[in-house]
Amino acid sequence: MSPDAIAVQFLNGLAGASTLFLIAVGLSLIFGVTRIVNFAHGSFYMLGIYVAYSLVARFGGTVLGFWASLLVAALAVAVIGVVVELLLLRRIYHAPELFQLLATFAVVLIVRDATLALWGPEDLLGPRAPGLKGSVEILGRQFPQYDLALIFVGPAVLGLLWLVLTRTRFGILIRAATQDREMVGALGVNQAWLFTAVFALGAFLAAFGGALQAPREPANLGLDLVAIGEAFVVVVVGGMGSIPGAFLAAFIIAEIKAMCFAIGQTTIAGVSFSFSKLTLVVEFLVMAAVLIWRPWGLLGRPAAATRNPAEIEAPISPADARTRRFGFAVLALLIVLPAFAQAFPYTLVLSIDILIAVLFAASLHFIMGPGGMHSFGHAAYFGLGAYGAGLLVKQAGWSMETALVGAPLIAAAGALVFGWFCVRLSGVYLAMLTLAFAQIVWSVAFQWDDFTGGSNGIVGVWPAPWLSEKWAYYYLTLACAVAGVLLLWRVLLAPFGYAMRAGRDSPLRADAIGIDVFRVQWKAFMLAGLVCGVAGGLFAFSKGSISPEAIGVGRSIDGLIMVLLGGVQTLAGPVVGAGLFTWLSDLIAREFAYWRAALGLTILVLVLAFPLGVAGSVKRLFAREAA
Amino acid sequence: MKRLSTTLAAALVAMAAAGTAPAQQKPIRIGEINSYKAQPAFLDPYKKGMDLALEEVNAAGGIGGRKIELVIRDDGGNPGDAVRVAEELVSRERVDLLAGGFLSHIGLALTDFAKQKKTFFLATEPLTDKIVWQNGNKYTFRLRASTYMQAAMLVPEAAKMKKKRWAVVYPNYEYGQSAVATFKEQLKKAQPDVEFVGEQAPPLGRIDAGAVVQALADAKPDAIFNVLFGADLARFVREGNTRGLFKGREVVSLLTGEPEYIDPLKDETPEGWLVTGYPWYGIDTPEHKAFFIAYHRKYNDYPRLGSVVGYATVKALAAGLKRANSTDTEKLIAAFRGLNFESPFGKVVFRAQDHQSTMGAYVGRTTVRGGKGEMKDYKYYDGAKFLPSDAEVKKMRPAD
Repeated sequence: MSPDAIAVQFLNGLAGASTLFLIAVGLSLIFGVTRIVNFAHGSFYMLGIYVAYSLVARFGGTVLGFWASLLVAALAVAVIGVVVELLLLRRIYHAPELFQLLATFAVVLIVRDATLALWGPEDLLGPRAPGLKGSVEILGRQFPQYDLALIFVGPAVLGLLWLVLTRTRFGILIRAATQDREMVGALGVNQAWLFTAVFALGAFLAAFGGALQAPREPANLGLDLVAIGEAFVVVVVGGMGSIPGAFLAAFIIAEIKAMCFAIGQTTIAGVSFSFSKLTLVVEFLVMAAVLIWRPWGLLGRPAAATRNPAEIEAPISPADARTRRFGFAVLALLIVLPAFAQAFPYTLVLSIDILIAVLFAASLHFIMGPGGMHSFGHAAYFGLGAYGAGLLVKQAGWSMETALVGAPLIAAAGALVFGWFCVRLSGVYLAMLTLAFAQIVWSVAFQWDDFTGGSNGIVGVWPAPWLSEKWAYYYLTLACAVAGVLLLWRVLLAPFGYAMRAGRDSPLRADAIGIDVFRVQWKAFMLAGLVCGVAGGLFAFSKGSISPEAIGVGRSIDGLIMVLLGGVQTLAGPVVGAGLFTWLSDLIAREFAYWRAALGLTILVLVLAFPLGVAGSVKRLFAREAA
Repeated sequence: MKRLSTTLAAALVAMAAAGTAPAQQKPIRIGEINSYKAQPAFLDPYKKGMDLALEEVNAAGGIGGRKIELVIRDDGGNPGDAVRVAEELVSRERVDLLAGGFLSHIGLALTDFAKQKKTFFLATEPLTDKIVWQNGNKYTFRLRASTYMQAAMLVPEAAKMKKKRWAVVYPNYEYGQSAVATFKEQLKKAQPDVEFVGEQAPPLGRIDAGAVVQALADAKPDAIFNVLFGADLARFVREGNTRGLFKGREVVSLLTGEPEYIDPLKDETPEGWLVTGYPWYGIDTPEHKAFFIAYHRKYNDYPRLGSVVGYATVKALAAGLKRANSTDTEKLIAAFRGLNFESPFGKVVFRAQDHQSTMGAYVGRTTVRGGKGEMKDYKYYDGAKFLPSDAEVKKMRPAD
């Protein structure tokens, strides 16, 4: 590869860095001030490119019209951001941490379907930018004029933001709120409007980033998820809340990607290796490396203690007699369920899925609720369990029964390794490191064609003959789910569980009374991985196949949704949430053509009606009644 | 427990027997599973095509006096849910057979489900070769021309170009990988001195088009084989045009002539690429004309390739059901082996040896006409001519 080629690829990387920076910076601002993990950020980006496409088609013929269209598109999306903040988020700022994530997830679903309904299913490629249609020759290669302009947009926005943040009152308030928002409130600043303004600014930046892409790529319905994934990585690598950090991270990631493509297929020590395939996961490799090396990102600082506006959580207590009776009644119902299989044959099929989801969600809740470790990558252990089971049967020739025992051990081994790195971090950084590991597991499953079946996955993993009847497999799943959930509950009510909570609520004090917080959290992480692995193994055999989709980000997010929907502060929360979410998804997907939007709206209603999660709010209701 | 299950089974049999008594009037139920909301660009027209064919079949009296009914489910774009809705269709909706699939891995999961549950399954759109070969089974048939067939259709023309240095670019997953593998292997056979000088495999839906185009140009190939489609294709084409990648180079490209993928390119459509596709504007066979007119009348829109596949799906099922004169799985399988039916592309046969249909594709060159991307100099390639020999199939496909 010639130096000229590398130089031009470097320029490509710079154009990519500008794009990444614009996607990410708004997310960083919103998180810094409101502490909301805003999944809808990618949706704002996608809306930006769609609205820009429509405006440019009408007014984009002239230079002025084109750039005005981009700005107006971003402003229009900022207005949507304001509406979301006012009507939705403002009502749930006092909910437990992360609960707002549920609401923004619902927004993602609704925006996706609304976009499909408004703009149709076809990809929409906008016209080129007037005045920047062609290319210039750089080192004997044609370089697009528009990309050259893009290279300057990123730094320009960075400079503008810097001016706003350091030279204006609004900027000072943003920085103050990022450091200590309660103090800002105590000093008489109207927090509500500050939050709205920051949310609008964040949405504007995301949409502007999207609008700028209109001449480079078609508006399409996959953009929201692509953008949100990239934005999170950039923000975390740079350091949450740090704008120069976001720029630096965008630069590094874009350049590494450009160089991967530049190297392409190459031979290292006699082995042919495709660097272009590495781009599948390279940003997550960078993220994992950075977080292990610098736990708060490149330019981030340790997050200030968040004084969550939610009430302090009561300790978990064993169920009272009434709850126990209810629990036994449910269990009895589940045991006699197969007797009704004749009249409702699908019930068992759906129940198996629900029970697997319950096990998955309960294991996530174990580290996320009482453990205080928010895992955004719980799919990793589900995947290790599912792939472990599939591979033990297909590659190692184990029987189904032994594979089902081996699968959780593989998952636990994975959790042992990943956990060692993850539990050193805290808050959103821990969450993102778990996500990075999950993506690495996913990409190995996706890429290792000879061993894991690549993107097709492994097929033909069916239960042993004596378990192949639906009712038999149902009882197996029920037994595993009940045993797994009871085990987790038992541990939480044992001294180990209290030690976990002590480590979550006050690491310093826990340390002072002799609790080795690191070890406690590490063990908890491993136990969660083990139980999650059971769920993965059961899943593989219930579907007869396992493929990368089943262990991707989507599954991790589903887990979060289940736990939050049910209520993170109760033991029953994940069980209720998993059941409700799985049942609703199945029902709504069947009954509505626009099922995403319908599911999103349903979640919104639940979010607003049950701000402590369904189980949490019901518990509160009974507690009031009793009092 | 065993006794309970046998009692249940007996009750089920009794119910099923009672249910079949007035069979003459009961519609035949077809369960259809697809990623409608995940892949709407293809599957919206696909559903329209199915609805049109369904209307025609039922207007003509259905099959042996029974109407056909479609029970459609969205699989959310993932195989786990696809298997669940398949079970729902079989157990609750009591469908007589299954059809559908778009993504390769979902198609494979359903293929294996069909084998496990001994249910008839017509894979309509998934292109992976494994559905009929490595993972083939007696319960599964496939309608669409596979990755292998489409890549093979392009090889003779590509060899005629007499270009020595080739670069390839493809989305990094099953479809892209196997298309490139087939193309490389067959081109090497047809033209032993060929050399592959560059290979780029960006992640699906996330291509860094500038860097990829630059890297391809720096490899200085004489010709390029492209498997990108959808949004990736649009990004690649725009960057490639701006950076002069296609100037003086031949490009051979899979699926690019399909309206789903060429329409969004509009005046950006590159000139003279050799592609497979569907030139709906210029096919004047009587079968296609009839289909086109009916489609246009019903929807006031032109058909996409998805419409053809959806329409042919229902027509194929109707022909098979008619020939079997039953909804019994074994009889359906026997009927589909060697089944002839009329598609908008003409007569198509389901091969007995591997259950692959011989539905072909159009091969031609791309061009811009009136600001829109189109195909020119196209010809229909019958799928039957682009399949491996029976001996090779036998080697790849497990025995029933």
